[in-house]
Amino acid sequence: MEWMPIWLSLKLAAYTTVILLMIGVPLAYWLSRRGSLGKVVIEALLTMPLVLPPSVLGFYLLLTFSPHSILGSLLLKYFNLSLVFSFEGLVVASVIYSLPFMVSPVKSALAHLPASLAQASYTMGKSRLETFYRVLLPNIKASLWTATVLTFAHTLGEFGVVLMIGGKLEGVTRVASIAIYDAVDNNQYHEANQYAMVLFAITFVIVILVFIFNRNSVRGPLE
Amino acid sequence: MIEAAIYKKIKTYRGTIPLVIEAQFPAQSVTRIYGPSGSGKTTFLKILAGLITPEKGVITVNDRCWLDTVRKINLSPQERKVGFVFQDYALFPNMTVEGHLRYATQDMALIDRLLLIGKMESFRKQKPAHLSGGQQQRLAILRALAQKPGLLVLDEAFSALDDELREELITELKIILKEFKTTTIIVSHHLQETAGFADRALKIEQGI
Repeated sequence: MEWMPIWLSLKLAAYTTVILLMIGVPLAYWLSRRGSLGKVVIEALLTMPLVLPPSVLGFYLLLTFSPHSILGSLLLKYFNLSLVFSFEGLVVASVIYSLPFMVSPVKSALAHLPASLAQASYTMGKSRLETFYRVLLPNIKASLWTATVLTFAHTLGEFGVVLMIGGKLEGVTRVASIAIYDAVDNNQYHEANQYAMVLFAITFVIVILVFIFNRNSVRGPLE
Repeated sequence: MIEAAIYKKIKTYRGTIPLVIEAQFPAQSVTRIYGPSGSGKTTFLKILAGLITPEKGVITVNDRCWLDTVRKINLSPQERKVGFVFQDYALFPNMTVEGHLRYATQDMALIDRLLLIGKMESFRKQKPAHLSGGQQQRLAILRALAQKPGLLVLDEAFSALDDELREELITELKIILKEFKTTTIIVSHHLQETAGFADRALKIEQGI
């Protein structure tokens, strides 16, 4: 067993989680506020990765990012960046794929906070931003933590999207889940088992951590 | 002097009804607002604070215009800084008693004084979850006072206090409100609850 695929998986999950914390949390806040029909459509679109077969998502991302597409050729021309068969491409795809895992729990937690919390803060002269960081976010810590861990774990277990858009380039896009598939394909069950055990152990520890952290909250950590 | 003339459609279990209020509140007066449930008392307080915008209306506070739907003036809640005691208290679960007051003001002397008035000195480091209903309600009142508001609105703010505690609090409130030159509006169902506090009353009825 090589450690490279495990390391790649962890790196991919970490990058994806950090990026999603930065864009997913503000997005969840925006969605949690009542809005127009347009917002509902956007939310439905953002939830699609949850229900679409990963291969479908991967396929469309492959078409979108390919050097023959408009976006792909522009990225290549101006940023010398190719999102197919590259680690950067995996990160972008994972961000899209795991987006609902970050946005949904955070949005639902924000929507469940009493409206009077933010209102009280506004009447005290505090801006929306200050209210968000000092009142709203600290009071959804459990959901934020759950969303972060779910996003990380979900990215770790990604397979279909990665295979479609990243292939299995050694040390670049060959993550652990693909290494398992490869090993089985080559009849190396022992090696597959080693990768699988490591993934199982990591994921189990993560889930245990969520349960420990949230053991005092009334709701179950995965609600 | 605070003058308000507002028109707002509100949704109730009986369908949409108009909330029409025209009222004046003399400077530094304490007005009790009463009326049947669902008549729009809380909505009126939120309109004053800028949390709800009515379809039509004018609000002037000490000759400053807060709201004029015709001239398209509408100050934000942040600009109005109304001291607001919410019916559900709206305490911040993540903050301690002292944290609540520090969120509203930097004035430590004032914070100490408020804690004393509310008999909350020994609960400084407690979070709302560990306070009794009466303590939570007092904290909500103290927090609203901490920003020395020109206008203080209280939504059923004495409901969880026993008679003795309420009367003591009212005595202290009277002193501090006078000092801050605060005009006060309190929603209360029970006349006895605001005895010795309110000097005027305003009835809100549906579809006046």
